[in-house]
Amino acid sequence: MGNKSPIVEIKNLNKSYRRGNQILPVLSGISLDIDEGEFMALMGPSGSGKTTLLNLIAGIDRADSGIIKVGGVDIPSLSENELARWRANNVGFIFQFYNLIPVLTAFENVELPLLLTGLSKAERREHVEMALNVVNLSDRMNHYPGQLSGGQQQRVAIARAIVTDPTILVADEPTGDLDRVSATEVLQLMERLVHELGKTIIMVTHDPRAAKMAHVVKHLDKGVLNAHSQTDF
Amino acid sequence: MKIPFSYSLRNLWTRRLTTALTIAGMALVVFVFAAILMLAEGLQKTLVDTGSYDNVVVIRKAAGSEVQSGVERLQASIVETQPEIAIGQNGKPLLAKELVVLIMLPKRGSDKPSNVVIRGISESSMTLRPQVKLIEGRMPRRGSLEIIAGQSIAKRFKGGGIGETLRFGMRDWTVVGIFDAGNTGYASEIWGDVDQLMQAFRRPVYSSVIFKLRDSSEFEKIKERIETDPRLTLEALRETRYYEKQSEMMAKFLRILGMTLTIIFSLGAIIGAMITMYASVANRTGEIGTMRAIGFQRRSILTAFIIESLLLGFIGGFIGLFFASFLQLFTISTMNFQTFSELAFSFTLTLDITYKALLFSLIMGFVGGVLPAIRASRMNIVDALWAS
Amino acid sequence: MHILKLIFKNAFRHKLRTFLTVLGVTIAILAFGLLRTVISAWYAGVNASSASRLVTRNSISLIFPLPLSYQEKIRQIQGVKTVSYGNWFGGIYIDEKNFFANYAVEPKTYLELYPEIVIPPDQKAAFFRERKGAVAGIKLAAKYGWKIGDLITLKGTIFPGNWDFVLRGIYKGRDETVDETAFVFHWNYLNETLKQTIPRRADQVGWYMIGVSNPNLAADVAVRIDKAFKNSLAETLTETEKSFQLSFISMTEAIVIAIQLVSFVIIFIIMAVVANTMAMTARERIGEYAVFKTLGFSGFHISGLIFGESIFVTMLGAALGIFLTFPVAKIFSQELSTYFPVFNVATETIYMDIAASLLVALVAGIFPSWRAINIRIADGLRRIG
Repeated sequence: MGNKSPIVEIKNLNKSYRRGNQILPVLSGISLDIDEGEFMALMGPSGSGKTTLLNLIAGIDRADSGIIKVGGVDIPSLSENELARWRANNVGFIFQFYNLIPVLTAFENVELPLLLTGLSKAERREHVEMALNVVNLSDRMNHYPGQLSGGQQQRVAIARAIVTDPTILVADEPTGDLDRVSATEVLQLMERLVHELGKTIIMVTHDPRAAKMAHVVKHLDKGVLNAHSQTDF
Repeated sequence: MKIPFSYSLRNLWTRRLTTALTIAGMALVVFVFAAILMLAEGLQKTLVDTGSYDNVVVIRKAAGSEVQSGVERLQASIVETQPEIAIGQNGKPLLAKELVVLIMLPKRGSDKPSNVVIRGISESSMTLRPQVKLIEGRMPRRGSLEIIAGQSIAKRFKGGGIGETLRFGMRDWTVVGIFDAGNTGYASEIWGDVDQLMQAFRRPVYSSVIFKLRDSSEFEKIKERIETDPRLTLEALRETRYYEKQSEMMAKFLRILGMTLTIIFSLGAIIGAMITMYASVANRTGEIGTMRAIGFQRRSILTAFIIESLLLGFIGGFIGLFFASFLQLFTISTMNFQTFSELAFSFTLTLDITYKALLFSLIMGFVGGVLPAIRASRMNIVDALWAS
Repeated sequence: MHILKLIFKNAFRHKLRTFLTVLGVTIAILAFGLLRTVISAWYAGVNASSASRLVTRNSISLIFPLPLSYQEKIRQIQGVKTVSYGNWFGGIYIDEKNFFANYAVEPKTYLELYPEIVIPPDQKAAFFRERKGAVAGIKLAAKYGWKIGDLITLKGTIFPGNWDFVLRGIYKGRDETVDETAFVFHWNYLNETLKQTIPRRADQVGWYMIGVSNPNLAADVAVRIDKAFKNSLAETLTETEKSFQLSFISMTEAIVIAIQLVSFVIIFIIMAVVANTMAMTARERIGEYAVFKTLGFSGFHISGLIFGESIFVTMLGAALGIFLTFPVAKIFSQELSTYFPVFNVATETIYMDIAASLLVALVAGIFPSWRAINIRIADGLRRIG
């Protein structure tokens, strides 16, 4: 990767959860750098904190202490409202269960993040059509999620994630609910996003096939990072 | 509002049964609310229309109504000499000495009797009441046993139709005409020659004296004179005020009962809306988390859910009003608590009532939906996504 | 009794929803109960009336009087035991808003005829002795802070002038159906004054009250009385006290019917709310019901659970509503005492409350039960998670 500073810089990140009277540490002193255009997989056993780390990078959760900088922006210093605005412009989400809005069509789902920008209706249409083109679902624009297969829904979700051209894409078990064929499709798509469009993807996964697609694999166990390269696979 | 309107609308459509039930509750409440307002409006209208601002009603002091009042012949004559009375086309003062009594007449189709006003009228009585028009038949001949009946009487009471006879005061009276008195109280009255009626009922005194002011601003002057004259124990009111007072008790009763009912009912509907919206929020926890993750602000979520419940209220209100408007086909005929006489009035829908009802439905929707909407907007993103 | 425990626990799974539903039912039952109480208050006069008393009045209408001379004739009619008479006075106490019933009566016969009006003997004697004496109901005296010996002035409406009275007695009703807000005074006082001021209005009675010796023959006595005065200057109409009261109500029938209708509307509203809750709850638990079925429970059992929950929630709300009806009715009775001197919650009303709640519970449970019975296990299981 080049001389440019990492797109994600994390230093000494700590996060714990309170359950009743007990305080359970989830992440302890995590430090991590992610370069632009990198495809990173975060792996680890259940409860290792990998999803929490993803949430913190994406700005949907707050750390107890530590530094997180995404695209140069100091995340912990943003207020709730500022964080929302930051996410709208900088983060694309891909969830295990797609999380599409059931009452909106595929087109409208992809359009959703664009409603937070100042674009006109025509401009939005252009972006949506482009995104759906990338994921190869232009012919299903007006279908509702209920009318699409799992794999198709995930592709719509990916289109939604890239439509605002965000700084990073975060994916939480993107292939977790897909059959083998669809999973492969989705992973190949994500790979194209990195190689052809230069996107940065941070992915939490259990799936070794998914990990194989990534450039870098990091292991988390009990809240601590073990650096690993993907060569082990 | 960043989240599209169609989101709120389509979510209501998706859970059709729940939406329908909640809207039904709202509609029923608005129906009752509108009905009560329409009834009070109808009552008001009847009584306001019944009087003319320029007419004056003179009755015995503290009598309360014509029925309880007695004006001696001499007193009536003194009133007749007042200069402030307008002069009619025939050169005589526009003044009528009238007798008002109540008799019991059986209703058509039920035999249940009701108290009906019989008014003995003089020459000028008709002229003094421009709201009253003869629509069928003719006026009774002076000195005869002929009577005319208001439309409401002709319709509702046995023997009240044209050509029919009524028996009272030991005589038979023939209905020779029907008059249209619109929505006014006169529609429930029977009119006949005052002298004949006084004889029949053996009443040596009049009940009231009605006259028209030649100049409306002179009312205070003549009122003062009548009420301070030691020979007279009378009081004078503008005709509009006289009829307004007659309905005060009923209007108050309707209003108290009505408003109490509405408040209680609306609580029921609001609770229904609350339950629906809370469930709606609970079911869409995942969506809410997703939208927040994508970058929608809390207030966008809040707004989207409030709009949903406002829609529930509004649609319910619209439906309730729609059905309430059919009430205008019905007329209520009941006894006025204060005067003990028959009063018929209908439901009247005005633009004002329409606004009030719709506003009320929106308020109900808002109150029902605000707490669930706040809950939705304050959800923790991670928890919401986890729960889905 | 595991089923009951399950129902109980199920109901409180969604605390907020259950709380709101119960609250809704409580308010609805409260409203329903109050409306029915208003209706029974309307009929209060009827309930208080006796089948062994008759009312005779001028056949034209109530505003026409009867001659005092009829008293003797009526007394001589076969079957008549006591004859009393009175005039509606309609006086105003200070302000028109302070409405209460006030009338002039022949005191001795009146109190004989109405044993349910209970006055301490010394007060009764004082009342009889004093011509300007008056007796007021205990609720009325309490409302205006009257004490025995107070001077009370009424402004006449039908009989003009200011009339002074001295309060000599305060009466209690023998049972709760008696109007304790009335004011009665000597007929003679009214008549003597009229003889001097407006002589032509003297010696005229508003209505006669007649006590018959045998209540079963009351109708016959009524006919006899009217026959005696047929074709005279003032023909009479005699009927039992009950039917006299009913005739008043029938004149305002429209309003009573409207209130009855409205009381049913509230039931429908709450039915919609509870049905909504049950439908929602059942929909969310479809997966569980499928699981129950795999365990061997039949659709019947499941609908039992659903109806059970529906009934539990509704009856809880109903119980609260019924409980609250009494204190709220008390408040109402004070506010509306001008219109409804007697405002009591009838036992019948409570029964209707319970019946209405059961109806709501059953209707609310129908659709979800039907759904639960018919769900195929596989479909239901798919819905879990």
